[in-house]
Amino acid sequence: MSSSGLLVPRGGGSGRLVLPPGEAARQVIGEVLADLHSGQHRGVVVDSPPGAGKSTLVVRAAGELAEAGEPLIVIAQTNEQVDDLIDRLAQAKPELPIGRLSANDYTATDRIKNYSTVRVAAKVADLGGSSVIIGTAAKWALVPEGRWPWAIVDEAYQMRSDALLRVAGRFDRALFVGDPGQLDPFSTVETERWTGLTWDPMQSAVAALLRHNPELPVHRLPVSWRLPASAAPVVAEAFYPFTGFSAGTTAGQRSLSFAAAGFGGGAVDEALEMAATTGWALYELPARHTLRTDSEAAAACARLALRVLERGAVAVSERSPGGAPVTADRIAVGAAHRDQVAAIRAQLGAAGAGITVDTANRLQGREYDVVIVLHPLSGRRDATSFHLEAGRLCVLVSRHRHACVVVARAGISELLDAHPSTEAVHLNVPVKFPDGWEANQSLLGHIAAHRGMTSPHLT
Amino acid sequence: MSTLTALARAEAVAAGHAQRITTVRHLHVSDRPLVFLPLSMAGEANAPLGALVGTDPVEPKLLVVPQPRNRDQRFGFAAELAEVLLPYLDSFRGVTEAVAANRGREVRYRYVDAPQVLVPNSAGIGFVRLFGRSTRFRRTDGDYPVHPSVPLLGQWLTFLADRAEHPGSGMLLAMTEALGLHWATGQSALEDAHLAALLAWIDPGDGLTGADAAVVAEDPLRWPPAGPATDPTFDNEILAPAMTAYEEAAASGEEVRRSRARGVLEEAVRSQLTPTWELMWRGVSLLRRLPAGARVDGRWAEDRDVFSNFTLYVDGGGYPQPRRDGAVNAAQRLHRLERALQSYAVQRAYDDPLVMADHRLTGEAFVGEVTLADPHRIDDSGKRRVLRPRIQVTTGDVVLVTVGAVLHSPSRPGQKARVVFVTPDLSTGQTDVVLELSGGLGRSLSPAPGSVPEVGDRLCYTTLSDSFMPPGEFPSREETPWTHGGPPQAYEEPVAPSVEDAREEWA
Repeated sequence: MSSSGLLVPRGGGSGRLVLPPGEAARQVIGEVLADLHSGQHRGVVVDSPPGAGKSTLVVRAAGELAEAGEPLIVIAQTNEQVDDLIDRLAQAKPELPIGRLSANDYTATDRIKNYSTVRVAAKVADLGGSSVIIGTAAKWALVPEGRWPWAIVDEAYQMRSDALLRVAGRFDRALFVGDPGQLDPFSTVETERWTGLTWDPMQSAVAALLRHNPELPVHRLPVSWRLPASAAPVVAEAFYPFTGFSAGTTAGQRSLSFAAAGFGGGAVDEALEMAATTGWALYELPARHTLRTDSEAAAACARLALRVLERGAVAVSERSPGGAPVTADRIAVGAAHRDQVAAIRAQLGAAGAGITVDTANRLQGREYDVVIVLHPLSGRRDATSFHLEAGRLCVLVSRHRHACVVVARAGISELLDAHPSTEAVHLNVPVKFPDGWEANQSLLGHIAAHRGMTSPHLT
Repeated sequence: MSTLTALARAEAVAAGHAQRITTVRHLHVSDRPLVFLPLSMAGEANAPLGALVGTDPVEPKLLVVPQPRNRDQRFGFAAELAEVLLPYLDSFRGVTEAVAANRGREVRYRYVDAPQVLVPNSAGIGFVRLFGRSTRFRRTDGDYPVHPSVPLLGQWLTFLADRAEHPGSGMLLAMTEALGLHWATGQSALEDAHLAALLAWIDPGDGLTGADAAVVAEDPLRWPPAGPATDPTFDNEILAPAMTAYEEAAASGEEVRRSRARGVLEEAVRSQLTPTWELMWRGVSLLRRLPAGARVDGRWAEDRDVFSNFTLYVDGGGYPQPRRDGAVNAAQRLHRLERALQSYAVQRAYDDPLVMADHRLTGEAFVGEVTLADPHRIDDSGKRRVLRPRIQVTTGDVVLVTVGAVLHSPSRPGQKARVVFVTPDLSTGQTDVVLELSGGLGRSLSPAPGSVPEVGDRLCYTTLSDSFMPPGEFPSREETPWTHGGPPQAYEEPVAPSVEDAREEWA
């Protein structure tokens, strides 16, 4: 299916089509800030596809609101996100006093220790004088009083509705920023007790917000600065079929090459060459039903990641036009389960100690040059809703700036055909698109064309 | 399904009978449970057809609704059920015990025992929930007055069904789930939902294998479905003619004929329920034979607390539970359920090495022998000198914990063990884990006797923690924020049921 017609950013009118990506993004950010300053809305929602400059927007909005003299809180989801935001905000606004609201046992990380403008405390009272106070949703939920004119809620699609309920009393108006394509928040409790209620505590914060306040403006960032031109259309078509986004860079601006030629690497080198030239590769293992911790697949993931290091990959991009070495910290391996992560980590050994290996949940919001993905459906007998979840696959295949290699047992498309979506449809529950089955098919359809020249089981 | 449960299911097939997946019982089993077997009429939403109910295995009380579509008879059934259930609940309101509350500053009272209602399967719990929903808003005056016990019954049924959602609670249990928690059979989960087939695997008897006994259990004449849905052949061939005969007899006005027709109908319903009644008590005795886990009593004490509180609420004239949870209530309830689920999972693992084995397989726990111990180690790097003994545990388990992680040992609650080094030995497959202990060591700079494991001790360490988690804070209902629709409407609040409530057509 040709996708180009579907992939234009929607909502901006036809004029935006001809805008260069930077201009299109600036225009949306301008509209968001205008909505914030207008004072007409209690909330403004910004949908951001992977790597579309969400943090840049948050930092800019926080800076502008704070400079306008509006006391402000920022609600993030994890401590790491809080530290990230503080780091970026302190760099962007060196004069701005920032408070970090933390748990009692938190010790400041090196990243934020060096800023003289940042104060760390467990109580709001100890952060007096801070123009911006940043903390996790869990920490804000423990703040019993105080009300700020503004809040910025970061990663709002990862936040659960009940977490928003607990902190919403702390602000009058809020900017909600997040990626609707990533993993939905989840609960360990299985109950249909609240299904269909607009305040269902198990849905995302943005879903609850928009169901109660449908008049709020929703903006969409139109450009992914992370995903290369080879990946943006594929990810957009599979996971953002109605809104779409485009790549901020052209194919000519990004390239991946290897300092050492691949001798004796066989299928591994084939896959890496394919990934370097096309941005995608499918490293296919023979069809087999395996345990979750499929040792062959884990070994393949580790070998691919190590081989990128061994061959001295060099990434050319708009940030480093002269080329920058792809070091271990620029490589990630992603999987669905923690035990798979542990199995891959064990295979990597000391040589791959600096390589990130993590689950989709924990890779959310992070960025690497090269990402190796153990396909969630690899070697499985069944396709459960956990393994089919569109957000999980979306996170895994949208972390890279240059190339993504998917490791999978053959037979996933047959598995998908045997397990069509059978999720119950409930009254009064908004339908969510795309559904995981469809997204999986779409992505698989694309990467199937990127198998290495020789299949590993033939060599 | 965990790996070990999958293995146990395979072993059940090979062995020909169900395999235990726990070493202890993780549920409280009451000395005097009330068994409740509801039947509903096919094609009518939650229309009771009859029930067998009681606390005495040999003398169940049979309730029959001769015409389930008749609204008066339906609430007559509710009143009859209330005559059994409410006295049963009241019978636990005798002796109370004092419990220190609020860190010993207050004392509250709870009953020393609480009711336990057993239904055959999860559909039975669904029946309790729906029947509670259809009775708790009824009014005792107005157009369709019901007996005063009916709305009260509705409140209690709703209470029980809400409790059944709460992980670790034992106030309303489905027998198939209670048994399935302790045994793995060689059949599918769907087949396990049939109480007769499940018990056939656990206790086949008479030299049969579980699979053979399960085939026998599939005969609906010998082992009718455990309800609330009835066997369609029974519906067509026995129930429908008996019901028609009763209708005609009642219309004829002849009392003798009516009473004889009712007798036929009662026997028909009884025939469908009696086999399940026997199975239920067999299940109870199987569960009783298992020794209870160490933390079962603690969870039952929570049930007794909740029961005691709800009796106070009802005595105070509390309104029936609202139809739907409001935004704040829903969030609070989810929070409570999540806490309970986590604590239930941890407590089961702490109580039961076979459950802990599952966590050992996933790398969340390991069992090993103490190979080195430095019980007198002092850490003087900080402002104050503190006792920080170190031990080395050598294990053949997969160790996936990372340096810096805090571990706990089920046999040493109150003591934390921080991981200092993890050294795998690839040649032997063993891993040495060095742990630094804190807490539970006594007050001085030398450890209290027995507070530090000795060389040769075999111990389990895990990332699972049974320590107290403070409950979350939520806004009050009146402070429901604008993001969640603002303060709630009346129908989300507990209120006295209106005339309209009592007239709902479906109920």
